[in-house]
Amino acid sequence: MQTPASFEYERATSVDGAIASLQRLGSGARVIAGGHSLLPQMKLRLANPQHLVDINDLHELAYIREADGEVRIGALTRHVDLLRSELLAERLPIFRDAEKVIADPVVRNRGTIGGSLCQADAAEDLSAVCSAVKANVVIRGPGGERTVSMADFHVGPFTTAVGDGELLTEVRIPLRAGAGSAHEKVERRAGDWAIVAASASIWMDSGKIADAGIALSAVGLTTIHLTRAEELLRGKAPSEDLFAQAGEIASTDCSPTPDGRGPVDYKRHLAGVLTARALGRAATRVLRQEA
Amino acid sequence: MLVSISINGEPVSREIEPRQLLVHFIRETPGLTGTHWGCDTSNCGACVVLMDGAPVKSCTVLAAMAEGHEIRTVESLEVDGRLDPVQQGFHELHALQCGFCTPGMLMTARALLDENPNPTEHEIRTAISGGICRCTGYKNIVGAIQWAAEHEAAARQGV
Repeated sequence: MQTPASFEYERATSVDGAIASLQRLGSGARVIAGGHSLLPQMKLRLANPQHLVDINDLHELAYIREADGEVRIGALTRHVDLLRSELLAERLPIFRDAEKVIADPVVRNRGTIGGSLCQADAAEDLSAVCSAVKANVVIRGPGGERTVSMADFHVGPFTTAVGDGELLTEVRIPLRAGAGSAHEKVERRAGDWAIVAASASIWMDSGKIADAGIALSAVGLTTIHLTRAEELLRGKAPSEDLFAQAGEIASTDCSPTPDGRGPVDYKRHLAGVLTARALGRAATRVLRQEA
Repeated sequence: MLVSISINGEPVSREIEPRQLLVHFIRETPGLTGTHWGCDTSNCGACVVLMDGAPVKSCTVLAAMAEGHEIRTVESLEVDGRLDPVQQGFHELHALQCGFCTPGMLMTARALLDENPNPTEHEIRTAISGGICRCTGYKNIVGAIQWAAEHEAAARQGV
């Protein structure tokens, strides 16, 4: 039987209350939301919190809305609601692409976006999605809120900018003109982690790519942010050839390790193909909006 | 800690360690061993129960997290000796051999049909993709859920 080691449990009734508890309990405390990454880790003793603060009653953190030129997603928003959101499907279709292939529908009833990001597993899809759309996250502590870009959010494997006594409360995605986005994943079987996944956004202006965001899952110790490929795309007209070049950079700039999901050369190959495909679909989506 | 959970409409209270998983809380309640405890890693789906109507893997929910929520297990499907249409469908189409995955499949199917009474084959296959069956190859499970959907539709028309 797999059972977590002993811990103390408390259920938060407000965001401020959760933060006060996390402050009081210090580094031995972890937030639990959906629990579908944390509990398996605790069963394996890869995580050994002395205290769990359950935030599932904080319904004020479950929402998807558009405000001030951004899409704002509450940290407790579950995968099933990200999948079903028409606002996201219209504005940021990369989310529906990803949510269709994250775990399985039963797991998606529990897992949350905040939990996915804070878990910071390099094989997880939403971290790359949020990097590709250049999201910012809101982190609240006793002294108030701060905003951190996804570029600064992951500080190492399973480690984020969220400190002891702090809570990630919201993901903010700036809405920019001429946007298209897509997520491509290859997995061995339904519901598995990615062998490789690629997330891409592009922003077009007057027929040229004004900016791009590209990130990879499962091919490094953290989510791989492909800044060199983004730089290549800026100022150029989209084409299959250009996206293939970006794919070549992806193959080079990732750092996969061999495991049961495949050898290194296969993963590098996938990283390239999936990056080019995700960019191609993102571009098609921009053009379809403009038509 | 004292935890109280509504299971199949009945309040169940017990003093437990905070680390107790919902699947064990359910199975240690007299008469409720229908929910199976399988892989322990949220992969196999044998432990699926409904939490406020939505299927969840009870090996990956703490019992303490279920307090205040309505849990429904496979034992609730049969009412007054009458099988639920999904159970009847599994019987008619021989949708099980060893039966280990069956409670999770039944509860997942029940939740699907409650939300989408007329699912396509693809929608059924997607809905049960969080469950693993090593006997049937899924074909008869999909057929059984289609059987249940058709018979529920016919029953609704008959009313």
